[in-house]
Formats: sequence, structure tokens, C-alpha cells
Amino acid sequence: MDLSVRIGPLVLKNPLMSASGCFGYGVEYADIVDLSSLGAVVVKGLFLKEREGHPPPRIVETPSGMLNAIGLQGIGARRFVREKMPELRRLGAVVIVNVCGSTIEEYVEVTRILSDCEGVAAIELNISCPNIKEGGIQFGCNLASTGEVVAAVRKATTLPLIPKLTPNVTSVSSFARAAEEHGADAVSLVNTFLAMVLDVETRRPALSNGMGGLSGPAIRPIAVRMVYECARQVRIPVIGMGGISSARDVLEFMIAGATAVQVGTANFVDPFIWPSLQAGIEDYMTRHGVARVTDLVGTVNFGR
Amino acid sequence: MYTSPMPPLDVAALVLRNTHLSAEYNVLQLEAPAIAASSLPGQFVMIRTAAGTDPLLRRPFSVFEILRDAAGSPTGISVLCKRIGPGTARLYDAAAGDRLPVLGPLGKPFTLVSPPAEAWMVAGGVGLAPFATLSEALLGTGARARLFYGGRTRADLFYLDWFEAHGVALDLATEDGSLGARGFVTAPLDEALRARPAGLEVTLYACGPEPMLKAVAALARAYGHPSQLSTERIMGCGLGGCYSCVVRVRDAAGTPRFVRSCLNGPVFSGDDLVWE
Repeated sequence: MDLSVRIGPLVLKNPLMSASGCFGYGVEYADIVDLSSLGAVVVKGLFLKEREGHPPPRIVETPSGMLNAIGLQGIGARRFVREKMPELRRLGAVVIVNVCGSTIEEYVEVTRILSDCEGVAAIELNISCPNIKEGGIQFGCNLASTGEVVAAVRKATTLPLIPKLTPNVTSVSSFARAAEEHGADAVSLVNTFLAMVLDVETRRPALSNGMGGLSGPAIRPIAVRMVYECARQVRIPVIGMGGISSARDVLEFMIAGATAVQVGTANFVDPFIWPSLQAGIEDYMTRHGVARVTDLVGTVNFGR
Repeated sequence: MYTSPMPPLDVAALVLRNTHLSAEYNVLQLEAPAIAASSLPGQFVMIRTAAGTDPLLRRPFSVFEILRDAAGSPTGISVLCKRIGPGTARLYDAAAGDRLPVLGPLGKPFTLVSPPAEAWMVAGGVGLAPFATLSEALLGTGARARLFYGGRTRADLFYLDWFEAHGVALDLATEDGSLGARGFVTAPLDEALRARPAGLEVTLYACGPEPMLKAVAALARAYGHPSQLSTERIMGCGLGGCYSCVVRVRDAAGTPRFVRSCLNGPVFSGDDLVWE
């Protein structure tokens, strides 16, 4: 049984990745998760400098979901390389770093720092964070800016480049195409849906930032639809995410067109989820006589 | 480095008993021998309150008691719950025989004082939760323990007999004056600190509403004693993954920074915490 998948030049042992922002820097989970058993560990978004993030409250629950507005608190690219990468290398993790920037120059510089670091396997380009004022989504909501930042970072690295797309646009697939045209090796989607929760007694927003990004099972069917649409529009691999909580959900995204998947919010609820996801995929492949997991990708059956 | 002394476990814990203390408070006894055996005072667990996805996230609870069999071996833990939302309402209504996923133990524990220094615990409402296990551990060290415990009214104060039976001296306060001193618990604490014998070393341990923690930290500083404060935050995962439970703490250089209370806490020195 072959669970391996290919993201550009990168071969992963299985299609399961942690989603950025939901797994710290990976090392937090080293005691309870075999990081080398994941296809890849996608770590929390990094700017050039340290960032404090938003004041609490940073999360609020909704039916089958949650909003977050963490504000990309982080230690910055150089401290990450110095303080976290040695342990990630020792643990045998395939590390994909989520790269943030307020300007194109910052995206390029952070990418250069990480590309020079042994053990960084790929760059996920965060052009989709809905919770910060500068950078992030302002690049991801404009086709020309998306093309510009992807092209600039493409020139700065030979590592696989994976722009992470926002669903907060009219047509995600046009952004996937723009990313592909400007040199992306894959795209990952979806980031969270911009959302709002109010306390009706006080009439205040539940989050200090006012708005936040909705994740969790509540968004899954929309994410599946967007992955399906994007996968039909680009030749590069699509990495799917949005509310995946079981092997069944992984399979749904892959059948819709995802070559690999990321698991985020579900890891908060069940940090021991990873072996059961892999076992569930293997069980499905056995039951359906599927030899290679990639044979499932983009196999929606519209027949009757 | 990041996690508790023992890696946390996730167990589907059997509810052994649910004792309703009042219309708001209950104590859930959970079968979880391995978690009980490795829990230290001040640590917490993350409990999933629903089998489905609503509520989606786990809820953090201090380990309230370590349950033991007749031979003294740990068999489980209890948690002290206050019904404040849909998750805690489910725990209030849980029945013996239910199973609840319990993840733990998590977080940094209290540091125990050594006699002749005394441990003065300060609890507000559901902030009593970490002090039963701390009292037991203090009993083992021989340190003298004292509990300053406040609530809105006498019906909000629980386990008084338990603490007395464990040799803990009680100083009570209620906002309505129905039991102990009238007002906040920090008033009798202030008096006791003022009246303490010269040279007596005291460590203050506190858990409760943020204004109370802030007042305890200020009293500790004013009287020159160390304080260990157990913070309570909205927490997504308990393991450092989500960055939702941050508190502001001064780093070694004195610069205030947000740190994750699940990993760097929930217990912090009152000298390090920066109040919003």
C-alpha cells in the first residue's frame, strides 16, 4: 500500500500534515506525537521579527467551529531557525514553514532565511491570514498582488513554494491559477472564513480583534467545494484543509481533488488523532482495493 | 521542556460519581488512574464535554482531588465545576457511567514551600479547585497551611470540613457576610499578613477572579513574600498549539510578553505577571 504523495519536487510519506497555526512550532507535540510519522509538520506563521499578537480573548466557539484572532504571535524567522529547527531536525520531521510578511520584501527576506536553513522542506506562503492589518490577506485578496508576491518569493527560493489561499474571495480558483502562473509548486486551501461573534448582552465582539477566522467542521463542506473547484483549474497539487476531523474527511478532500491535507482545529480537540487518520485511510484503501493513495485524488463520481 | 513532568494521556474516563454541591457547582469523580498517579498540585486536565462537535473544544479544569483505593493507590481524579456555559452545563448534568475524554496532566505545578515557611492559600469561588491537592502535598512536607477562602455567600463555600480535617486553618469571607468576614477574601488576608510574627516566611498561593489575583500579588509584594498565582484563561488545546490562552508576563529582561498559560503556567509568580 503506497501512501506517499508528491508536492512539486517533494515526496511525502503520507498526505497528512499539521495545519499552520494549529500545531505551534511542532516541538510542543514531540512528547505525544511522532513528528516523523506525519507527511509534514507545517509550523506557525513567521514574520521577520517577533510579533506579540492580539490581546485575549483570542478564540470563541461557535456551533461545530471556532473563531480565532491570534494575530500571528510568533518568535520571528531567525529565532525559529536557531531555537526550534535543531529539535525538529533531530525528531526527523519534514518541516514546512508558513511565511508571513507585511511587504513583499519581508516575504522574500523571511523566505531567504528559511531556505538557508537545513531541514526546511518547503515554504507555505501566508497570503491569507484574515486577522492582521498589514500583509496576509491584503495580498491574498487581489489577483495582481498574489501574482506579484508569489513571483518575488519564487525568485528567492528553490524550495517548493505553496501559497496558502483565502476563501474570502469570490473565486478561489482564479487565485490558485494566479499562483500557478507565477511559479507556485502547489496551493493550500482554505484558510479561515472571516467571521464575527457578538455578546448580545454587552453588544461587544467576543474577540478583542472584533473579527476572527472561522475553522472547524462547520466550514468543511465549503472547503471541499473550493478544493474541488481549484483542483479542476490548476495542474499543480492542491493541499486541502477545512474542518478535517477523521479519516473519512481526509478521503473526502482527496476525492474532491486534494493531493494532501492539513489538519488544524481537530488537533486541538484530539492531539492523538494522527495514527487513527492514517489507519482509517489504509482501511479504506484495503476495502476499496486502492493501491496508491494518489489514485483517489480527484475521483468524484458523478455517475448514477 | 515544554510539557508537564510526565507526557499527558488522553483517557475515556468513566464518571464514577457526580455530586451536586449547589445549583451551580458540582464535583465530578473520574476514573483515571494513570493521570491521577502523575498529577502534581496546580496541574490541570482538558475535558471534552460532548461526544459530537458542539461544544467543539475541551474545557480546562484543575485537578481537584486525587481519588485513592483502600490501599492508597490512585484510582482517579475529581474536578470542581461551576456551571457557566453549555460545556459546564453538560458536566453538571453528567451521570455516573458516562465516559468523558480527559487529557492530562498538563501545565506547570505549584512549587511547594519548605517548613518553617508557611503556605497561605487564597481561593475565590471556583478558584478553590487546585488547593485540595496542594493541601495534601503540603501535609506531606510538614509545612503549615492556611486557606483564605471567599465567595458571594455561604452556599458558595464548599469542602470546609475536608480542609479542616487535613489540618488547614480556614479564614473565610463572603460578600454578603453570611459566613466569615464580610467582603472580599483579600481583607482577612491583609489583616493576617499585618499580624504575622516577625520573621515568619510565607508563600502565597492564589486562584480565583483576576481582581483577586491582582490584589494578592500586590499584598505579596507589599509584605515582601513570594506569590504563586494560578491563572484561568479561555484555552483551546492545553498543549501549546493554539496560542489562545496567553497571559502577559515579564521576561528575564523585564519586557512584558504574551506567553501561553498552558505551557508556561497556569501557575505564575505574582512578580512576573503583568495585569491588563
